Amino acid sequence: MNETKTFSLDYEDNLDIAWCPGCGNFGILNLLKKTLEEIENLNPENFVLVSGIGQAAKIPHYFKTNFFNGLHGRALPAATAIKATRPDLTVIAESGEGDMYGEGGNHFIHTIRRNINITNIVHDNMIYGLTKGQASPTTQTGMTTPVQVNGVILKPFNPIAVAIATGATFVARGSVTDPKTTTEIIKEAIKHPGYALVDIYQPCVTFNKINTFKWFKDHTYKLDEKYDYTNKEEAIKLALKEDEFPLGIIYKNTERKPFDEQLSIYKNTKEPLYKRQRNLKRIEEFINSKK
Amino acid sequence: MGKIFKDDVSIVLSGEAGQGIQTIEKILTKILKEEGFNVFATKEYMSRIRGGSNSTEIRVGSDTVRTHINKIDLLLPLTKKSVDHLENRIDTETIIIAEKETLNLDNKNLIDIPIFKIANEIGSKIYSNIVAVGFVLSLFGIEKEQLKKHMENYFAKKSKDIIQKNIQAIEKGYDEGKKLYSSEDLKIQIKNNEETKDNLLINGNDAVALGALAGGCDSIFSYPMTPGTGVLLSLANFSQKFDDILVEQAEDEIAAINMAIGGWYAGARSMVTTSGGGFSLMEEGVSLAGMLESPMVIHIAQRPGPATGLPTRTAQEDLNLALYSGHGEFPRIIYAPGNIEDAFFISQKAFNEADKYQVPVFLLTDQYFVDSYYNVKKFNLDNIKIEKYFIKTDKNYKRYKITENGISPRGIPNYGEGIVGVDSDEHDEYGHITEDLDIRIKMMDKRMGKLDLLKENAIMPEIIGSEDFKNLIISWGSNYNSVKEALKKSKIKNTSMLHFTQLYPLNNKVKDLLKKAEKIIVVENNATGQFANLLKLETNINIDNRILKYDGMPFSVEELIKKIEEII
Repeated sequence: MNETKTFSLDYEDNLDIAWCPGCGNFGILNLLKKTLEEIENLNPENFVLVSGIGQAAKIPHYFKTNFFNGLHGRALPAATAIKATRPDLTVIAESGEGDMYGEGGNHFIHTIRRNINITNIVHDNMIYGLTKGQASPTTQTGMTTPVQVNGVILKPFNPIAVAIATGATFVARGSVTDPKTTTEIIKEAIKHPGYALVDIYQPCVTFNKINTFKWFKDHTYKLDEKYDYTNKEEAIKLALKEDEFPLGIIYKNTERKPFDEQLSIYKNTKEPLYKRQRNLKRIEEFINSKK
Repeated sequence: MGKIFKDDVSIVLSGEAGQGIQTIEKILTKILKEEGFNVFATKEYMSRIRGGSNSTEIRVGSDTVRTHINKIDLLLPLTKKSVDHLENRIDTETIIIAEKETLNLDNKNLIDIPIFKIANEIGSKIYSNIVAVGFVLSLFGIEKEQLKKHMENYFAKKSKDIIQKNIQAIEKGYDEGKKLYSSEDLKIQIKNNEETKDNLLINGNDAVALGALAGGCDSIFSYPMTPGTGVLLSLANFSQKFDDILVEQAEDEIAAINMAIGGWYAGARSMVTTSGGGFSLMEEGVSLAGMLESPMVIHIAQRPGPATGLPTRTAQEDLNLALYSGHGEFPRIIYAPGNIEDAFFISQKAFNEADKYQVPVFLLTDQYFVDSYYNVKKFNLDNIKIEKYFIKTDKNYKRYKITENGISPRGIPNYGEGIVGVDSDEHDEYGHITEDLDIRIKMMDKRMGKLDLLKENAIMPEIIGSEDFKNLIISWGSNYNSVKEALKKSKIKNTSMLHFTQLYPLNNKVKDLLKKAEKIIVVENNATGQFANLLKLETNINIDNRILKYDGMPFSVEELIKKIEEII
C-alpha cells in the first residue's frame, strides 16, 4: 500500500477495493467513515478495527487505522482481549453475518455474556459473497443456491432475538437503505458501556437477487421515537417478528457492568497491561510461599 | 520382621478418589520436607471424582529423589481394590500396612493397624487418612511434639475443633507406628538436614506458572483440560493475591488462542495452557500467530490420545502435533523442560524469546511432569530479565518492514504515532492484503529466515556423564530424572545421557555430538519415537534403538535399567 501522509480515517482515493461495483459494503464503509470522524477524541491511533474473514471482513484495509484482520469467525475473541488488556482503546469488531453468526456463533454468544465494551458491526446480506453465493445463517428459507439446490430448508438465524435473549445490553439494526438512522445507531453503540450489536442490512448485488436494495427498503421501517427500548419483553416481541424489520435501537440497558471494568487488574489502576512492570520481589514472595 | 530403611524408601498410599489420598500426600510431603527430608511425590489417578483406585507414591531419600520407581516398600491401602490395582508393583518385600479385618486382606507382610477403628473413635471415618499420616511419620523417628505444630500450620484456616480432631488422629496413628519403631520391627533411618528445610516443595504446574510470571506473563486465556488446567489454576491463584494478571476462562480453545494473540497485539504478554485435545482446536490460531508474526506462548501438558485417550495419564505423544501444527510454513520454538528448575527458567525464557523473534513458543510437559513434585533450592532470580521488544512507532511505521534479519520492529496500538495493522492474509509491509506474488516471496523469506537465527540460539542438549562416551541415551522432557537415575544405578559403562530441553529447532552443533556416539538409544513415552524421527530428519543420523512406552504410565527406573541393559 502507498505511503501514509496524514492520519485520517479516510481511505486512499486510488485504492483497489475488492468489492463488486454497487456492493452494499460500500454503503457501510462510507457511513462508518463519516460516523467515526464525528466521534470526539477518536483517532486512528486509539482505535482498532478487528475483523474476521469474508468480503465484509476486508473493511479494515480501506481505513488508515490500527487493524487486526484475523481468522474466519474469530474477530470477537481477539477484540475481547484487545479491549480487556487496553482500556484506552476503542474497539470495533466488524465482519459479515457468516463470520459472526456462522463460523463464530459460539463466540457471538459468549461475547454477549461477557458484555465486553466493544461494538460489533455485522454486515448482513443474507448470503455468502466471498465463496460465491451459498446460504448464510440468515438466508431466508426457500432460496435456492449452488449448494442448497432445492432451496434452503433451515430457519434463518435471528441475531436480534438471540442477542437479547443471551443478555446483550445494546441491540440494534441498521440498513444501508437508511444511512441516517444507521449512523445514529453506530454513534450510540460506540458510546454504550458494554457489548453493542449493530446488525446492518446490505444487498449483495451479485449473489442475492431476492434481498435487493429495494427489498430491504420495502421490508424495513424506522422505529417510532416513542418506542421504549428498555422494555425487554417488548423488544423480544419485536425481534421475533419476521415479516417487517425495524431499524433503530431495539434493546438497551446500562445496568450490567462491562466485563473489562470488572476485571481485578483494574481495581487499583486503569493503566493498560503493557505499561506495567512486573515486580520480581513480589514473585519471590510467591515463590517462597511454596516452601 | 526387623526391616530398616537407610537410603531410600518408597511409600505408596492408595484408595478411592474422595478418600483423601491427595490430602495425605500433601500433608506428609510437607511435614517430611519441613523436617529436612528429601521428598518426591507423584500421583496416578482415574478420570472420576469419586471411587476407582488412585495412588500416590512418596519417595524419601538420603540423597535427592526426583523420579518414579516401580518398587513399593510400604503400601498403605485404604481399600482392598486399590491393593489389587497395584498388584504388579507389590513383591515379596512390600510391607502392607492396613486394617486387616476391614479390608479383608491376606498377605504375609501385612502389619495390622486399626486405622478405621481409631478414626471412628475420634468421630468419623474421614480421619483415617490422617491416622495413616501419623503412622508413617513415626517410622521416621520424628518427635511427637512436632506433629501438633505441623498440623496447626497446615490447618491454620480451619476451626479449632477440626484442628483438634486432626491432631488427635495424627497422634493416635503415630502411637501405633512408634511401637514398631521402638521394637526395631520397622524403622526408617534416612538422613535429613537443615538445608532441605529451606527448599521449595514444588510441582511442574507451579514451576511453569511461576516461570510465566517471572517472564512477565500478564494474561492467560484458556479452556480447562486435564492435565493442562493446573497452570491456569496456579495463575488464577496468583491473580487473587497480586491483582496484576488477567485470567480468563474462554468459551473454547479456539477463542482462547485468538484472545491470547489479541492480547499480544495490544502489548500484553499472553499465554494459553491446554492438553493435546484442546490444542488440536488451537491449531488454526497457531497458524494465525505464524502469519501475523505474533509472539505466543503455548503450554501443552501431554496425555495419551488419540481423541480423549486416557485423560488422567501421561504420555509424550504430542511433539509432532506441536511441531506440525498450523497450515502453511512458519518458524516456531519447542521447549520441553526436564525438571522443576528447568520448568521455571524455560517458561520465563519462553516469553522473552516469543517477544524477540515474534514466533509461537511451545512448552511441552506431560501429566507425570505437572503432577510430580520434589524439594528444590530456591530459584535464583538475579539473572531474570523481562525483555520487552515492542517499540514506540513513528508516523511512517510499517508493521512488516523488510529487515535484514527478518525481524520487523513490533509496534502496538496507541504507543507512538504510527498505526499498527496485522493481517492473516499475505500482506505488504503495512499489513494490508496483497496478492502481489513478489511481495509474497519477500514476506515468506522474511518469516522463514528467522529459523536460522533460532537455530543459532537454540539451547544445546545437556550431557550427563562423561563427554567421552561410546553410547548415548537420549531423553527429552519429563524423562530427565528417570534416565539419570537409571544410568546412575545401572552398571553400564561408557554410556552418557544426552537430554534435550529444546526440541525444535535444533542447534547446528547437535549433529556433531550425535556423530560421536557408536550407539544411540532414544527414550520416549510414545509408540513411534517422535523425537527420534525428528533427530533423524534434522541430522540424517540413523537412530535404530528406541525405548518406547505408551501405557499411560511414566518409565520406572527399574524398567529403564532393564531395557537399556538389554540393548547395550
